[in-house]
Amino acid sequence: MTTLTLGRTSVPAKYLPVLVTGCLFVAMFLVGGIRYEGFATGQIILNVFIDNGFLLVVAVGMTFVILTGGIDLSVGSVVALSTMISASLMAGPGWPPYLVVPLVLLIGSGLGLVMGYIIHAFDIQPFIVTLAGMFLARGLCYTIGTDSIPIEDPTFTAFAQTRIDLFADMWISPSVVIALVVVGVAAYVLHYTRFGRAVYATGGSEQSALLMGLPVARTKVTVYTISGFCSALGGVLLSFYMLSGYGLHAVGMELDAIAAVVIGGTLLTGGTGFLLGTVLGVLVLGLIQTIISFEGTLSSWWTKIFIGLLLFVFILLQRLFSARTRR
Amino acid sequence: MAVPAPVLTMSGIGKQFPGVKALDGVDLRLLPGEVHALMGENGAGKSTLIKVLTGVYPADAGTIELGGATVAFGSPLEAQQAGISTVYQEVNLCTNLSVAENIFIGREPRRFGRIDWKRMRARANELLSRLELSLDVSAPLSTYSLAIQQMVAIARAIDVDARVLILDEPTSSLDADEVEQLFRVMRRLKEEGIAILFVSHFLDQIYEISDRMTILRNGRLVGEYLTKELPQVELVAKMIGQELAALERLHGEAKVFARPLIEARELGRAGAIEPFSLTIHEGEVVGLAGLLGSGRTEIARLLFGADHAGTGEIAVSGSQTSLRTPRAAMTHKIAFCSENRKADGLVPDLTVRENIILALQATRGWTRPVPREQQDELVGKYIKALRISPPNPEHLVRNLSGGNQQKVLLARWLILEPRLLILDEPTRGIDVGAKTEIQRLVAELSDGGMAVLFISAELEEVLRLSHKVEVLRDRRLVAELPNDDSLTTDVLMETIASGGRTS
Amino acid sequence: MRRLLWPVVVLVLLLVLNVFFTPSFFSIEVKDGHLYGSLIDILRFGAPLILVSLGMTLVIATGGIDLSVGSVVAIAGALACLQISQDASVFTAVVLALGLSVVLGAWNGFLVAAVGIQPIIATLILMVAGRGLAQLITDGQIITINSPEYKLIGGGYWLTLPFSVILVIIVLGITAFLTRRLALGMLIESVGGNAEASRLAGIRSRGIIIMVYAFAALCAGVAGLMISSNVSSADGNNAGLWIELDAILAVVIGGTSLSGGRFSLSGTVLGALIIQTLTTTIYSIGVPPETTLLFKALVVTAVCLIQSPSFRAKVFRRRGRTAPPSPAAEEKVRVTA
Repeated sequence: MTTLTLGRTSVPAKYLPVLVTGCLFVAMFLVGGIRYEGFATGQIILNVFIDNGFLLVVAVGMTFVILTGGIDLSVGSVVALSTMISASLMAGPGWPPYLVVPLVLLIGSGLGLVMGYIIHAFDIQPFIVTLAGMFLARGLCYTIGTDSIPIEDPTFTAFAQTRIDLFADMWISPSVVIALVVVGVAAYVLHYTRFGRAVYATGGSEQSALLMGLPVARTKVTVYTISGFCSALGGVLLSFYMLSGYGLHAVGMELDAIAAVVIGGTLLTGGTGFLLGTVLGVLVLGLIQTIISFEGTLSSWWTKIFIGLLLFVFILLQRLFSARTRR
Repeated sequence: MAVPAPVLTMSGIGKQFPGVKALDGVDLRLLPGEVHALMGENGAGKSTLIKVLTGVYPADAGTIELGGATVAFGSPLEAQQAGISTVYQEVNLCTNLSVAENIFIGREPRRFGRIDWKRMRARANELLSRLELSLDVSAPLSTYSLAIQQMVAIARAIDVDARVLILDEPTSSLDADEVEQLFRVMRRLKEEGIAILFVSHFLDQIYEISDRMTILRNGRLVGEYLTKELPQVELVAKMIGQELAALERLHGEAKVFARPLIEARELGRAGAIEPFSLTIHEGEVVGLAGLLGSGRTEIARLLFGADHAGTGEIAVSGSQTSLRTPRAAMTHKIAFCSENRKADGLVPDLTVRENIILALQATRGWTRPVPREQQDELVGKYIKALRISPPNPEHLVRNLSGGNQQKVLLARWLILEPRLLILDEPTRGIDVGAKTEIQRLVAELSDGGMAVLFISAELEEVLRLSHKVEVLRDRRLVAELPNDDSLTTDVLMETIASGGRTS
Repeated sequence: MRRLLWPVVVLVLLLVLNVFFTPSFFSIEVKDGHLYGSLIDILRFGAPLILVSLGMTLVIATGGIDLSVGSVVAIAGALACLQISQDASVFTAVVLALGLSVVLGAWNGFLVAAVGIQPIIATLILMVAGRGLAQLITDGQIITINSPEYKLIGGGYWLTLPFSVILVIIVLGITAFLTRRLALGMLIESVGGNAEASRLAGIRSRGIIIMVYAFAALCAGVAGLMISSNVSSADGNNAGLWIELDAILAVVIGGTSLSGGRFSLSGTVLGALIIQTLTTTIYSIGVPPETTLLFKALVVTAVCLIQSPSFRAKVFRRRGRTAPPSPAAEEKVRVTA
């Protein structure tokens, strides 16, 4: 019997980008711990989760979209729209949260569904369609109101202020739990369901996926729906965090989400990447902000410059990586 | 030997495209446990027939019977479910996914709705060992060579209890060892009683693996033959056909040329063409003859710098040079009309004038535009000389017919006044009138001192124009024949078929 | 040109709509030797967008896209204002700002043409980092300056016309000259229309692509000067925010396909004017200005749907039969050949 063992590397190359991001996170944490007093505590990491739970949820949705090779620019606006709808419905007609939240999630998913359908059915670039979605959602925010609407619903505020105590004086907010549940469910879906594998296949080669008989159309529409749902959920979490609805919330969050996904090692051309990477990407972004606030003398705009630099390095790595595997 | 009942019978298949009759009354039958070769030159209708069979296109006429029942598939998926699987030349798998997934995606084994990775890997291993392969099935497919990817595609194809396996040019990018491995797998499947339809341009491979063959020409059936009963020369003759062209017989002649223009020594590129040596003289028309996929286009691309040569050297007018880019070749006044006009020839959105002027403009750079009067003069001259119709320089090239598009491409290079003009199938897919015009033009140009490398699938045409003919087979330059009176299409076919071994 | 018909119709309709709400809409008067009027305002406020869109047109024609122009707008304005606030001459400030813009654009072009990164991704880097860079230059403050000469660029008048409009005309003239009188336009269209065929025709596409991105950034730089000059201050955070999206929209409305190839400068100018008029109209007819985005969303969707071949095929199916053979049909024939 012929045995064939051809060009197989000993380290699974597919985990390499995630590993790099993980090392980056650990290194940043260590440097922070050495430089600043009171940095090297578990609560610092938990705070990153608490402050970025909504971004994590949004980035999960974005990961689905980018894995198919698409992009969703509308997420930031949909987040803002969700805070706005929640706040106005609770403040004005005084709807209860258990009615408002499902409604918001439904609207977000609906927007995603429509965008996905247009992208698929009319073969228009995702970039443009979701750009229109971005304008639409922001515009809807402003038609609801131009000012910030505070949220005073007692159930809502109570939930928002809940602290879940862990061991050793550490705590998290319920939003973190929700975000982690979303990550868990999403990771399961991507890894253990046919839909999840179809997402990877579509991103790897849409043409091949079609020829292999996979439901490419349904997959594409679904990922945008998921992204819409995640954005809406992110909006709900943001309104817990901010306790207000405002049309200027989450401006530019689509860029943060894309950056987190890319830094997490997901290829922007689709087909390769892990949710764990996205989680690490969000953590890296959050830790940059934490370090800058600890540094004190460094101003907030360094965040953007650092994110830009990280993006550059990771995109360059991806480029080198894909150029090598193609040969 | 009794012939078993065919698994699949296609009879009287016809398929019409706007302006083209792609298939006309074609029959094909596949017997279980046999490798059946589908043969034919470019445009013979092989791919159309396969696409009709697998449900990509509906047939306009004729019937398909699978296992005795009449079928008509609406999509490749339906065909697959009925037991007809196809593996294409381009591996249609997702290289970012693991080997096991590529075999099973879309029908992964599940437990409680959750993909059972363990069972999937086990079944993948099982299936691959049926093909005598042992791979790490959890590694991404991209870590394996194209040959292995091809086998994985076959594994995917046979997992669904295939009765018919179609292999569409699976060997065109494989090396000899890999082909051998593929053939082992094919023989194994044959033993299991699967009917295999095999398309390849390599005659050696056909004679090594196939039991029976069906030959198509110009969308029509030439016939079905047992491979061992059909000598190679006859096969080539049947594929190319002996069309008694009504065109004037403009036989080329063997001449001795004094001044070498291009001298290629052991020029080659792995996977494309084996090292070859070739000298083209000023004023000489060199014909390249060989079947599709024999390396004709590859030679042209190397001489134009469109691809990098892996080995060998090249001299232009006696001095060493390297043609690393088309730009470099252009400075040596080499021009190349590519075979695929749409993909790498014309810019469909630009006008006739712009497409004609493009290469000249490229040599001048964007800061020195060709003056409009000069453009109009040049373009007008060539529209007239080549009889491009409609004779409107502001017409978009996309709206022109194939023959006129070809003339536009020719005009682009002619205004550069090249010393070597490479023409890759310049007369393919264009009508007879345009064909003779282009042939006459080539003769005129070479009389004027221009060297021409002329590639054509039609041997008649090659003979009519060339001073000498280079014969290619299976990516090798096998013979160089002066075009004297003893050279006929029969001799050429003989040479192609034998690979130059007997002559 | 037939493909400019729809943009022209839309623009005229928008303008006419305004007359119903503002009867004096079309009147232009001369005050203190300056032209005044709603139409002049549209031109004046639309000037930066037209500039950015012109650069974007060329980038899109090569088959690319530039997301970073908004950041470049902010950077150019910030650097110029910083220089002027530190008593540099206006000339030095302008030259430095525009020089930096060109360098940034060339960087984008380098990433796209030489490194081979997808344009969306390559320019995303500068889009994110550029905002930070602009704020770094202004130190997070809004730099306010008082320089009459600098004010001229975006807010001044010259020969009765707003200086910004004159600038636009000059840049438009230069662009038209480079692309249509010189051969740049044809080579750009060739690279965007069929990159492989262009390579085989001997076109050095790398240089062309880098130049086009540098030009787009230069246009953005000038727009940045205009915006900061008009308000005599530089705001690293908000100057030119989302202008890249408006510019892409203007280019698409103007009939240039996002997949590259043929481009139309006049179409782009029309597209930018439509967007600006839309904004003005919304103000003048009394709809809350916040809803501008809603209208933009509708316009983007409508324009893209009309441009999408599969949408047209689905909606105008009956008319499709008499239309010239679709590319899909041709493709099939080619496959069989």
